[in-house]
Amino acid sequence: MRDLRRVRPYGDTFDDGMVQFSFSLPVPYGEEAREAARQFVAKMGVLEPQVTYAADLGEGMTFFVVYGKTNHDIDFTAIKTPKVESPVMDFYEINQFIRERIGRKIVVLGACTGTDAHTVGIDAIMNMKGYAGEYGLERYPEIEAHNLGSQVSNEELVKKALELKADAILVSQVVTQKDVHIPNLAELVELLEAQDVRNKIVLVCGGPRLGHELALELGYDAGFGPGTLAPEVASFIVHEMAKPAARSDRGGKRQ
Amino acid sequence: MNSKLYLDEEEIAEARTLAAAIADGVAAFIVDKTTVAVERTVLRLLSLDGVDADGVPLPNVVVDHIHERGQLQRGIARWVINAMLQTGLGIQAIGEAVAAGELDLLALPPRPDAEIFARGREEAQIALERIKRRQEERDHALSRLGEGPQPYIYVIVATGNIYEDVVQARAAARQGADIIAVIRSTGQSLIDYVPYGATTEGFGGTYATQENFRIMRAALDEAGEEIGRYIRLCNYCSGLCMPEIAAMGALERLDVMLNDALYGILFRDINMQRTLIDQNFSRMINSYAGVIINTGEDNYLTTADAVEAAHTVLASQFVNEQLALRSGLPPAQMGLGHAFEMDPMLEDGFLLEWAQALMAREIFPDAPLKYMPPTKHMTGNIFRGHVQDALFNLVGMATGQGIQLLGMMTEAIHTPLIHDRQLAIESARYIFNNARHLRDELEFRRDGKMVERAREVVHEARGLLREIAAKGLFSALEEGRFADVKRSLTGGKGLKGVLVRADDYYNPIESALRSALGLPSANVGSRESGSRESEGREVGGHA
Repeated sequence: MRDLRRVRPYGDTFDDGMVQFSFSLPVPYGEEAREAARQFVAKMGVLEPQVTYAADLGEGMTFFVVYGKTNHDIDFTAIKTPKVESPVMDFYEINQFIRERIGRKIVVLGACTGTDAHTVGIDAIMNMKGYAGEYGLERYPEIEAHNLGSQVSNEELVKKALELKADAILVSQVVTQKDVHIPNLAELVELLEAQDVRNKIVLVCGGPRLGHELALELGYDAGFGPGTLAPEVASFIVHEMAKPAARSDRGGKRQ
Repeated sequence: MNSKLYLDEEEIAEARTLAAAIADGVAAFIVDKTTVAVERTVLRLLSLDGVDADGVPLPNVVVDHIHERGQLQRGIARWVINAMLQTGLGIQAIGEAVAAGELDLLALPPRPDAEIFARGREEAQIALERIKRRQEERDHALSRLGEGPQPYIYVIVATGNIYEDVVQARAAARQGADIIAVIRSTGQSLIDYVPYGATTEGFGGTYATQENFRIMRAALDEAGEEIGRYIRLCNYCSGLCMPEIAAMGALERLDVMLNDALYGILFRDINMQRTLIDQNFSRMINSYAGVIINTGEDNYLTTADAVEAAHTVLASQFVNEQLALRSGLPPAQMGLGHAFEMDPMLEDGFLLEWAQALMAREIFPDAPLKYMPPTKHMTGNIFRGHVQDALFNLVGMATGQGIQLLGMMTEAIHTPLIHDRQLAIESARYIFNNARHLRDELEFRRDGKMVERAREVVHEARGLLREIAAKGLFSALEEGRFADVKRSLTGGKGLKGVLVRADDYYNPIESALRSALGLPSANVGSRESGSRESEGREVGGHA
């Protein structure tokens, strides 16, 4: 019987606590470097650290692969993570849902904002052809999808959202070096609030280092991490739009 | 050509002829135009550098000083050289005086054209000599230190801080890298000036500045001496300052430059007129400086389907080859890009990959093709990613690619850490060495999948080139024929910086480059050169 209140890493025997590390230290390659790596991992609370590999990177740097055992444990039963709760529907169900529950085509804008020029993520969600066998939103007959592309300023995005009467905005952020995405994402929320339209728009962000929890903190309705496909995003949007009285003027037929 | 893929030579020859016609259409359109970036480049090559009190680069200050009053279409050189003659000052002092508001170039009485042209020729000669010296330095270092075998191992550094980049780059060189590319800060391609000085803050990369070029060049020269191998330096000659960066690279002995207008049009929404004009001038500089250019076809299939749209990559390579020839760039400097970002889960995808890489090699035999593994299909599973990259390394070796841009297992997670690069280089060196002569050992079934795939891609590329030749490159871009991206002739960033040359337009640097590269003269000093290009006013149906 597994005790989920005390969970440890598993290698090949329950509770062996096996973990692997790879990292570099700014020290010259040699026996002292190996010992430094061993001690470093031991300080992380790892028992019996073994430096299985060390390589000279040049410039007085050394790379290590280290294995060890940890005796830390986690209470799995106490874990709660905020998740996007709406059920995921398929292409046909989503379009049908829009026809029946919303009663008009919905308008979705997508963009990589700020200085970000990496459109792989937003393209995977928006583009006609989609990604990994799932059509993108442009293919959905009940969705009017606009992919604004890369390096869109928040001001421009808000302007477009007002002009096209967007029901939902998808923001993709790939470049997250030095957390440049955080103020950028927060600024969009502020601009939408300043225009008094934040409540009328389902606001979603996504990217390799974005999750639902961070998205909620930043004032978004949802955040999607890497590997997300279009139906997950579309399902969330349409459920959110159809929520009764969640937002005053959503869902009704547009005049 | 002894083709292992039994490629149809007639079809390839037709594709080249079509691409030549397409490139002629572009050349005719741009020959009578200039841009603010081209004019700033002229100033940089005439040795103007530095910034004003507000940090604005002096080339921008001086070009704006003339442009604001509608006189830039006559060429910046006319005004600056006139000022040099009238004041006896050097260009730097003139730039500084303009920036301080102490000198109005338009208010100076004009010297006779003959005097301006004579001085312009001298100044242009000095500029070309400076570039020539850097090229000689490279040749000398290459013959003394030698270089790694092809495929050259190309890795990126992208810390945002030039001094941190130096640490990473020197380590990479020791680990076995042949080319270090300093990725630019995201967004630099869209700023209409080149930042100044050493920079320590950037996002997803480090600003391209002349000082940063100098710092990295010195670091790699030093590392190269220690290792006993010449290490090439690469940067990004693209975006709104494309030709200025070419000039800076030529002056600081960069060896490789990404230099592709189509990339900027498609992926950065830069106006197509602006960037094709800029590209033409920047490629002349790169050509003269002995810089290998890399084109951006390796990015097309991040947005379009890699299996269905493979022929668009080949078609674009044909066009890029012809455009490059029209800038005087020899095939040995044409690092045409390619990568076929097929879903790794596709059955026999590896066969298609191999067939296409070999096809590109056979069609462009003298070009140091730049081959790149997929970034689109990196998932955060670093272990699978490492295997994918390894398969690409094998294809690169087995098809004789010139430059192998190494994939990093941590792509899609973060810019490379110091050991990510080590592991990538280790994998590449292992595979390159272990399979060094694989290419010579293999022949392919005439009725097999790989021969069939290559035949199909060539055939479709030829078909696409026929369509484009019929309507011109500009219309093809407007229709979204490349990368599924549509761009309009008058849309995108930077159109405001495009000018039609006046009849007395003057550009001594372009004249000198054209003459050195054996290119026909354009409208760069008509009274000097006597006659205009006859096709100078054609605009390919896009007047």
